[in-house]
Amino acid sequence: MKYVDEFRDRDHAETLAKAITAMATKPWTIMEVCGGQTHSIVRFCLDELLPKTVKLVHGPGCPVCVTPVALIDQAIRLASIPRVTLCTFGDMLRVPGSHQDLFAAKAGGGDVRIIYSPLDALRLAQSLPDREIVCFAVGFETTAPAFAMAVQQAQNMGLQNFSLLVAHVLVPPAMEAMLSAPGCRVQGFLAAGHVCTVMGYEEYEPLAARYRVPIVVTGFEPVDILEGVLMVVTQLEEGRSVVENQYARSVHRLGNRQAQSLVADVFEPASRTWRGIGAIPLSGLTLNLSYARFDAAQRFQENLMDCDTEGIDDSACQSGLILQGLRKPNDCEAFGTRCTPERPLGAPMVSSEGACAAYYRYRGQAMHKK
Amino acid sequence: MTYHDPVEPTCPLPKMPGDTVQLAHGGGGRLMQNLIRDVFVRSFGDPLSTHLHDGATWSVSEGTLAFTTDSYVVQPLCFPGGDIGSLAVHGTVNDLAMCGAHPLWLSAGFILEEGLSIAMLQRVVDSMAQAARDAGVSIVTGDTKVVDKGKGDGIFINTAGIGVVPAGVIIGPQRVRPGDAILVSGDLGSHGIAVLSMREGLDFAGNIVSDSAPLHRVVADLLAHNIEIHCLRDLTRGGLASALNEIATAAGVRMSVYERTIPVRDEIQGACEVLGLDPLFVANEGRFVAFIPEAHADQAVAIMRNHDVAKAAMRIGGVIGHESGAVVLKTILGTHRILDLLSGEQLPRIC
Repeated sequence: MKYVDEFRDRDHAETLAKAITAMATKPWTIMEVCGGQTHSIVRFCLDELLPKTVKLVHGPGCPVCVTPVALIDQAIRLASIPRVTLCTFGDMLRVPGSHQDLFAAKAGGGDVRIIYSPLDALRLAQSLPDREIVCFAVGFETTAPAFAMAVQQAQNMGLQNFSLLVAHVLVPPAMEAMLSAPGCRVQGFLAAGHVCTVMGYEEYEPLAARYRVPIVVTGFEPVDILEGVLMVVTQLEEGRSVVENQYARSVHRLGNRQAQSLVADVFEPASRTWRGIGAIPLSGLTLNLSYARFDAAQRFQENLMDCDTEGIDDSACQSGLILQGLRKPNDCEAFGTRCTPERPLGAPMVSSEGACAAYYRYRGQAMHKK
Repeated sequence: MTYHDPVEPTCPLPKMPGDTVQLAHGGGGRLMQNLIRDVFVRSFGDPLSTHLHDGATWSVSEGTLAFTTDSYVVQPLCFPGGDIGSLAVHGTVNDLAMCGAHPLWLSAGFILEEGLSIAMLQRVVDSMAQAARDAGVSIVTGDTKVVDKGKGDGIFINTAGIGVVPAGVIIGPQRVRPGDAILVSGDLGSHGIAVLSMREGLDFAGNIVSDSAPLHRVVADLLAHNIEIHCLRDLTRGGLASALNEIATAAGVRMSVYERTIPVRDEIQGACEVLGLDPLFVANEGRFVAFIPEAHADQAVAIMRNHDVAKAAMRIGGVIGHESGAVVLKTILGTHRILDLLSGEQLPRIC
């Protein structure tokens, strides 16, 4: 299949792996930011192809994983309101809140529906005028433009029964938080290709310069990832630290200006708590004043009043360490024993981009424990 | 009430049943009799001349009987390449075929939701009758119940099937052993993606059509050519990956399969890439996996490819050892990983 087969080509992958092996004279630790990249690495066992000197650690780029418990609790509460239909992407359903997940809310009679695009929720709002359609707006910069467009269209159509529970997060503030943390051992980044398709990579240039860290915008297929690793290792070996673009077939330096202006029109940056990691200043998005009437948190303020503002996270879950690359999933004591996809302690075990889910699924029972 | 009162004995039921299913259609009265006569018997006939008795009876000869049952709850009821009626025949015929049985008789139990259009019911029943004729099986007994509106999903169907296994044929996981080749009968994922894209209104380029089809003639042909079949499994819910894992666990063997050789058509692969699904876990309704001794494997593939429903048959791997019940996938890059069971359903991803 075009655009897939050539990036899963065995000969090309092996040539790149050999080039990485030849280039890496010292041990290097590289973080892939996006959970989609993590899944590709684990699914195709790319670490089998890499030399021992090059270590990949998994980053925070799983929006499902970092959505704070308090927001999941709010989504569950909204789903329990009889006149509300809660629309969500599929992989939010199994993520544990303080006491239950959205699957349980659905089984308990809540009207919870899986959507593929925010525009699906908009159509639902048109077709069910007597119901309140609340859309759980989860994702990085990648999904924000579609939610912004849905809100704009709802405004233009004069829809009164459509709102968003906004959980959007932004990548650069999280990377900066990790880089500035004491004990950070990440020496180079594979930046998330899809996020940069929207946002470009101009905003990563000050990070690369300030923290002297190579950042390579990278795609998601095996050849993309190996090429990204080779570009980072080459910079590290040569003592350079700039932003480079491996994913040029999709990403331009300035990104998609139209998508960016949609987001800027509807949202504004806000501080956000990242599950397992903590509060990061200006690392999220919230609806701006002009669109505040589409904010489900405000519209249903009374219903959400007694929701715990923090939420209760299972203290045994080490998702914060996993999401910052400080631990691998199978280093966790609970992995594969007390924490499984059937009974998850935290989100990375059930999100389709979660590192723990990838290890569990692709490395199997025999490898669940080291 | 006097003798002359012009009151229908079925009052207060409506005089005309109209064009939708009503609760009274399952109530045992005249409406139900009419439904059985006008819809079910008209399509299915009365092949064993049971005259609508409580059950069907027939004489048995020597041999081994195979008996199976399955329930069908697909939504939408009609999808590209089939509908719940044809599916309910193919699914049960295929379960019998996987035992090596020649399928003969089916039962059909319907749970209908009040308000279902009679036209839709007729369409499904006609399709079921056609699928049964095409597969050479008879629907010999049945049942209908009607549930309140909102308590069903249009139509639920249960079919049970009986078939005869030829003497000497023993097919099951217990016969799988190291040295067996693993064959799939065709390309994977069409049924699951066809139903999903129809249900969710996803507009994928190209027409993705369900692979729903009866498989017993392929199995019969393999047996007729004296191919030694150790195990068969149709690749329904959970797809190829789940079937391999179930058999590996039941047989206590380790398997190795090669990603490069597993047939998946481009449009299915593309749809799966977009949705974040793995085609190896997507449901099929006209595909099976076969465990055949190495010496018979190439001939078996050639025989399978003579049938339209199996013309993309491929050899995808083999049974490599006695340990652990694991399935190892050699990826297209030549690396190795475990192909494990899913914990739940595959859920479409965020981005």
